[in-house]
Amino acid sequence: MRYLPTTDRERQQMLATIGAGGIEDLLVRLPAKARLDRPLAIGPAVAETDLVRELRAMAGKNADADSHVCFLGAGSYDHYVPSPINHLVLRGEFFTAYTPYQPEASQGTLRSIYEYQTMIAELTGMDVANASIYDGASSLAEAVLMSRVATGRAEVVLPGSLHPLYRRAVASYCQGMDLRLRDAAAPDGVVDPDAVRGLVTEATAAVVVQSPNFYGCLEDVAALSEIAHAAGALSIVVAAPVNLGVLEAPGRQGADIAVGEGQGLGVPMSFGGPNLGVFAATQALVRRMPGRLVGATVDLDGQRGFVLTLQAREQHIRRAKATSNICTNVALNALMATIYLAILGKQGLRKVGELSTAKAHYAAERLAAIPGVSLRFGAPFFKEFAVRLPKSPDQVVRKLLREKMLAGVPLGTFDRNLRDCLLVAVTETRTREEIDRFAAALEKAVA
Amino acid sequence: MMVKRAAYDRLIFELSSPGRIAHSLPECDVPTSDPRELLPDKQLRSSPAELPEVSELDVVRHYTRLSQLNYGVDTHFYPLGSCTMKYNPKLNEDTARLAGFARLHPLVPEAAAQGALQLMHELGAMLGEIAGMDAVSLQPAAGAQGELAGVLMIRAYHASRGERRTKVLIPDSAHGTNPASTAIAGYEVVEVKSDADGGVDLLDLERHLADDVAAFMITVPNTLGNFEPRIMEITALCRSKGVQVYMDGANLNAILGITRPGDLGFDVCHFNLHKTFTTPHGGGGPGAGPVGVKAHLEPFLPVPVVTKKGERYTLDWKRRASIGKLQAFWGNFAMLVRAYTYIKTMGADGLRRVSEDAVLNANYVMKRLERDYDLGAPGPCMHECVLSARRQKKLGVNAMDVAKRLLDLGFYAPSTYFPMIVEEALMIEPTETESKETLDAFCDAMIQIAREAETESKIAADAPITTPVRRLDQTKAAREPDLRWRPRD
Repeated sequence: MRYLPTTDRERQQMLATIGAGGIEDLLVRLPAKARLDRPLAIGPAVAETDLVRELRAMAGKNADADSHVCFLGAGSYDHYVPSPINHLVLRGEFFTAYTPYQPEASQGTLRSIYEYQTMIAELTGMDVANASIYDGASSLAEAVLMSRVATGRAEVVLPGSLHPLYRRAVASYCQGMDLRLRDAAAPDGVVDPDAVRGLVTEATAAVVVQSPNFYGCLEDVAALSEIAHAAGALSIVVAAPVNLGVLEAPGRQGADIAVGEGQGLGVPMSFGGPNLGVFAATQALVRRMPGRLVGATVDLDGQRGFVLTLQAREQHIRRAKATSNICTNVALNALMATIYLAILGKQGLRKVGELSTAKAHYAAERLAAIPGVSLRFGAPFFKEFAVRLPKSPDQVVRKLLREKMLAGVPLGTFDRNLRDCLLVAVTETRTREEIDRFAAALEKAVA
Repeated sequence: MMVKRAAYDRLIFELSSPGRIAHSLPECDVPTSDPRELLPDKQLRSSPAELPEVSELDVVRHYTRLSQLNYGVDTHFYPLGSCTMKYNPKLNEDTARLAGFARLHPLVPEAAAQGALQLMHELGAMLGEIAGMDAVSLQPAAGAQGELAGVLMIRAYHASRGERRTKVLIPDSAHGTNPASTAIAGYEVVEVKSDADGGVDLLDLERHLADDVAAFMITVPNTLGNFEPRIMEITALCRSKGVQVYMDGANLNAILGITRPGDLGFDVCHFNLHKTFTTPHGGGGPGAGPVGVKAHLEPFLPVPVVTKKGERYTLDWKRRASIGKLQAFWGNFAMLVRAYTYIKTMGADGLRRVSEDAVLNANYVMKRLERDYDLGAPGPCMHECVLSARRQKKLGVNAMDVAKRLLDLGFYAPSTYFPMIVEEALMIEPTETESKETLDAFCDAMIQIAREAETESKIAADAPITTPVRRLDQTKAAREPDLRWRPRD
């Protein structure tokens, strides 16, 4: 049978060695009434050729970013994935290993994580980065929990411009904790600093800001960090590292913790997961950090080597008192990001940001020139923006789907006040010709 | 004695040469390309990110060389207990990379994601059938997040009934994630003792079962690799006290098609798709940790829930009692494609054979080693066995030394010092995908190490010597944390 090497003859030999008459003799501890007395109703084995045919058919029903022109963002982006990434992460030595518990036989994984930590710390302008959390939303949730413990305070201020799905994840993580979430309004697409100031008190553990925020707009991160620090609270900045070739590093805008979604760094969109939760912090907070950390050290011969370190923070040592429950993270996606950043390098990552923002601004100009269509917010944006449409965004999206275009994310799903708005993202992979075609199709759809 | 190779010792930063590039990006085809004309100055990066500047061959050779410093399932027997390091089928990698899956954005209109939603719906149903659970959420990103989701659902369930329960009972043999997840959910963790065989100490459990207990969380088979024979009495006892029972599904590989958590009386269980269902471990993830529940907990599932209405699949968000979300989107979908591919490849008979062979292999290893090592608990075991190196320790060779010596003999190591209730524990999980020859070679190596302990304990104490580095200074790493590379002045 496939993947099962043991032959009937070998099975008999092994049972004889064990001194068992059959497999049932090994299952004696399972009471009869506990046993399943029928085969599982999941169907018989399917041959590879048939299964591939079925899965191709299933995959073929989806409007992917190869068959369609993609202007979707809101937390997952169609960025360029250089070819070597896929070849390298498919090396079995990487993808069939596990958490490097035996460092002497895991130096490849450990070194790549150390490189990843270095690159993320450099990009975010923070002192240290961990080996990854699941995704941007869960990274933010971990940061919020960490701020609770680090400050001993029980309130966190969230901006109204935060990704609404991140907000829900934070709320889920916090529901068992003694922790109150306070929401600061963001009426014009960016959070109102006065609203934040009005919510910050001596009970505030942290102020969260996302930039670019859910609407693609750039926030005044430094000013919000100052508001947090003036009250003795931490500043948590949500920023996607793929944008940080061009945009200022959170660490230079007062962030104590920088988190974000790293999917743009060479990780496939895969219908939203697995993604890459980035987590970085100041040196002062390192012993409160969640997740794995890799450190450099030396071996018995004085040769450089790498190990998992500061493990006294973690669940397998500290159990109920651990800084987080995380065990398995997303190491292979962190490896994708490491290879991505090595390939893009100092110049390439900046160019990705420059191209994305240039094309997004071109697209915004083209769309805003369509009669009845306007930019919803006046604040500066980066690679994503909201447009107000004269027709139902859901309808427009459906129409453009027929033209093989993924037009954007209708915002009414998240906020009824924005039910006439479409959130459009443009990365470096879109061409001027695609943007022009998109504008023409949109014009027709709203006419 | 093998001779140590000169190991590769470079970091990508050390290969950098200013001006070298490995990427290929298009020229700007729109009028304004300078971000200084588009964005406010204060938003622009004030000093460039110091990333490496290398060629594509530099990158390919560097990461290929790094990979060669690793042991993985593809290269070595990897008997890491509790982690189910079985073969990861190549076919799974192909199906997960189909453009319709890998290049699919999570927020495409539902009508444009019917294939993906169908796969999720069918996988949820198959996992529900395998575990005897009424509903499954595929959203949790890993086992620990599945635990958090499960405990939060239990919390919401009690709250919906107006009950305030504050404690969760967890055996002292549990994985560390159990108490850690439970603590985040706001519960006080109370440890329940295990008996000498690693089973639940029923008296201790009964003593703790009170009105303020929300849940009992237990791993089946337990972390000593044994099935708890009184498990149905235990779940019934809990139920009689209004206590929800959570099964940590880390060891599900032992019981596929043989018994089901739902039939054993569990209210919740999570699945580790990266263990039982062959999605790769990736050097530490990503995994996936779907969570299954009985009908009374279904209203509390994370949103959205994939449902089928007529012939259409949809994401159902209108669930008032939901615990909310755990990650931004719907789950680690690419892992779900792999698990789906695997379950379909094996079918019902295949999955049962998986567990039977996993149990056979573990018992075979235990039998072959029982003379040379003490057993953590008497057999027969299920899919893994726990040995103790306490005998060897008296000769100067502890469990860690055994593990390190195995690396020299061409094997990855078992889990060590877990479960904590066994002294000098070596937890061995061979999995069903390993052949008798491999198991024999491993057992021969283990026996050799036991012999060496009697005659020349220094060999194990000095091991490993064939790996890219020798034993590393953990104390230095923790006392002087060096967590990022910096250029030498």
